[in-house]
Amino acid sequence: MTSSTDDAGVQPGGSNSPPVAIELQGISKAFGLVQANKDVSIRVEAGTIHGIVGENGAGKSTLMSILYGFYEADAGTIQIDGKQVQIKNSNDAIAAGIGMVHQHFMLVDTFTVLENVMMGAESGALLRDSVVAARAELERLESEYGLHVDPDALASELPVGQLQRVEILKALYRGARILILDEPTGVLTPQEAEQLFRILGALKDQGVTIVLITHKLREIMDVTDNVEVMRHGQMVAHRKTSETDKGELAELMVGRKMRTDLQKQDANPGETALIVENLTVRDSYGIAKVDNVSFEVKTGEIVGIAGVSGNGQSELLEALSGITGLDEGRIVYGDREVTPSAPVNPEEVRKLSVAHVPEDRQKLGLVTDFPAWESSILGYHRDEALQKGLFLDPEIVKTQCVSLMEQFDVRPPTPDIKSANFSGGNQQKLILAREIDRNPKVLLVGQPTRGVDIGAIEFIHRQLVDLRDKGGAVLLISVELDEVMTLADRILVMFEGRIVAEVAGDKADEKTLGLMMANAFSETPSSDENVSGASA
Amino acid sequence: MSSSPVKPLPRWIDVGLVPVINIVIALLVSGLIIFAIGENPWEAVKIMAYGALGFDEGIGYTLYYMTNFIFTGLAVAIAFHTGLFNIGGEGQAYIGGLGVGLCLLALDTALPIWILLPLCILASGLFGAAWAAVPAYLQAYRGSHIVITTIMFNFIASALMVYLMVNVLIKPGQMSPQSVTFAEQSHLPFMSEVFAWFGMEIAQTPLNVTVFWAIFCCIALWAFIWRTKWGFETRAVGHNEPAAVYGGVDPKRTIMIAMFISGGLAGFVGLNEIMGVHHKLLLNFQFGYGFTGIAVALMGRNHPFGIVLASLLFGILYQGGAELAFEMPKITREMVVTIQGLVILFSGALAYMSVPWVSKVYNILAADKPVPSDSISAEGEA
Repeated sequence: MTSSTDDAGVQPGGSNSPPVAIELQGISKAFGLVQANKDVSIRVEAGTIHGIVGENGAGKSTLMSILYGFYEADAGTIQIDGKQVQIKNSNDAIAAGIGMVHQHFMLVDTFTVLENVMMGAESGALLRDSVVAARAELERLESEYGLHVDPDALASELPVGQLQRVEILKALYRGARILILDEPTGVLTPQEAEQLFRILGALKDQGVTIVLITHKLREIMDVTDNVEVMRHGQMVAHRKTSETDKGELAELMVGRKMRTDLQKQDANPGETALIVENLTVRDSYGIAKVDNVSFEVKTGEIVGIAGVSGNGQSELLEALSGITGLDEGRIVYGDREVTPSAPVNPEEVRKLSVAHVPEDRQKLGLVTDFPAWESSILGYHRDEALQKGLFLDPEIVKTQCVSLMEQFDVRPPTPDIKSANFSGGNQQKLILAREIDRNPKVLLVGQPTRGVDIGAIEFIHRQLVDLRDKGGAVLLISVELDEVMTLADRILVMFEGRIVAEVAGDKADEKTLGLMMANAFSETPSSDENVSGASA
Repeated sequence: MSSSPVKPLPRWIDVGLVPVINIVIALLVSGLIIFAIGENPWEAVKIMAYGALGFDEGIGYTLYYMTNFIFTGLAVAIAFHTGLFNIGGEGQAYIGGLGVGLCLLALDTALPIWILLPLCILASGLFGAAWAAVPAYLQAYRGSHIVITTIMFNFIASALMVYLMVNVLIKPGQMSPQSVTFAEQSHLPFMSEVFAWFGMEIAQTPLNVTVFWAIFCCIALWAFIWRTKWGFETRAVGHNEPAAVYGGVDPKRTIMIAMFISGGLAGFVGLNEIMGVHHKLLLNFQFGYGFTGIAVALMGRNHPFGIVLASLLFGILYQGGAELAFEMPKITREMVVTIQGLVILFSGALAYMSVPWVSKVYNILAADKPVPSDSISAEGEA
């Protein structure tokens, strides 16, 4: 334990202290001028689940990348099972018994599960021997850990939860006794997450050591034995999970007391700002992703759409923002009626004072290669106020960008930094600033706080409520039930493309909503395979 | 984390130092080859440098080659910023020349030069743009890959020109497929003539006033790409098409605009060659400029200023190489092409070969002044 570690941590030692699987000491890593890890030391006991929490940009992923050989540390030592090791690349890590399950799966879609598992670990020139060996090994792993996946299924045909199992199997197949999982539940439905945690429990019982990186405190509390908190590149605390609680961890993560309740007054809905009537959107196979949906959003209210990811929310948002067309029904923004024969494009939607914070900020919300000032006008770059004659005036745009950054607490407030170099929360605040700044009549928001740290979540929620109080109509789409319940004045529940229920925001509770989100498929008992609309 | 472990380097290293290192490596390897065939590499370098830059005639030729490379390099660059790989500069330049030629065959005696010049600029640009517009349309609206279609259009351009020169535009009563020479009053002034107006005397070379137009195009293209909303849109489409769509940009229209500009720029090679140098239509005047433009753009990192420097370098290689073949009997024309090929290989195909260790050295040097990690996130997670 180093001086940077909180003294309330469990002190090692004592005659019956368990063996240590990983011991990192004094790890430091700088990227140019940025100190991503600073004198970090951790100690992971063998056969335990060890959580690492921290805000985005706290240095968790960097630390694990060092352990897995993606980066080399500038200073510090790594000990695995008590032996000092040099990990220069992922082969060294695999040889040391470390396996990593990435947030984004590293699988070949057109390969079967078996082929994916043995890929890179084949023996000999002919494939057949490897296939036989791998099949036997997979069977052994399945029986030992209860990790069932059909070895002959194609990766492209498996739901996300199963793909993650394939990743875990890949690591185990290579003899991993230490498993690192980086934000493993980010892409999973709640049910899939449950199953994952059951698997992790079984692995732990077999003596596998698991390091779990996440920023979801509930997961930490549910499954880990010990937890470390990172902040600003440093390890600030170590706790036994049983001796701490969510409140304390959250406080340690952000470095201050955080408010858990959002104060908001009752909504004061006015006229109707957005009408959706019998809207149907089909995909290229002709399947209705949004199926005969009707609702209204009034000025001065937040309407939340709850639902398990992949039930048509994304398609609904894309249709409303003009990115995709509609197949049936109509959308009315103010005076403009949109029908299949009178479609709309994103540019016109913006001119109608409809702003859109997209679900996927990296893919849609900004151009990661652009400096922040250029991303801060994406969609508004044709605005006359930004032009000087034929030219877009960088001075005007940068001045405006700095002011947006200051109002929305985007850090660092430097418009020349590449958009990609901001942390997720700051990227999101920049997008929100861009979309809210023009006081839109209607704001469409998808997953406003996905992958965003606690401090920023609170801030973003505040901004959405403020826009509502100023008379904005807000349509919020989120898979985070807490978020919908905190913010929405009315909640619509979406399932398989349809709106299946509507609840007043103050009357909603998690249990009822959860049932509503799932009740329509009560006739299919094994829910797991059916929910996996979201592809990897 | 799956993102690249190499942190972005400062701009001056990326666009300044790395290309220089690449050229040095290319020259070292060339030196080994020259040494192996029994000539003195240092002598060869001296002959090349002198031949390209040592006297006014050499400089003239170097800058004349540079003019063509600037046009084709810019053509590749604007397409690249939109995420398109325009391999068709060769054909677009060829057809651009056809535009100039037709314009002058019809009007060379009818109009004064100061009306002919803008007309010919327009003609070369529009013909080149039109030749690029067909592959652009096929890419944008039909999904045919632009690399394939632009290559095919090079062949079509070549066949079309042969047909026209042999059957239609040939000067009657001669064997070689060339048109009549345009009236003298329609010729663009050579730089030697321009200098003569000011009472200075320089050797006569193909270098003509088109070089000013090339420099103007660089500045105009820079302003277009980085200072206009249209340039903003082309870069948005090139870097992240879904985000561009989200931002209200129509990628199909943007592809058409970018390729139109690209083809027009390549077409200006025709202005330089037909109106500036040959004063008649002929075959293969564009030979190789379109393809070398790809290497020029790669080496210039698709930045107009970098393209000027890269064009100058290739001008030096062309002109210096010709001198070298002349001066050193063991070094043939083919050997010179090999040296040019090495430069293209190291600065084009292997452009980023030296980046990992340059970045390693840079990180060691820069690590002296770390800042706290909260100022910029070092994590690439979603």
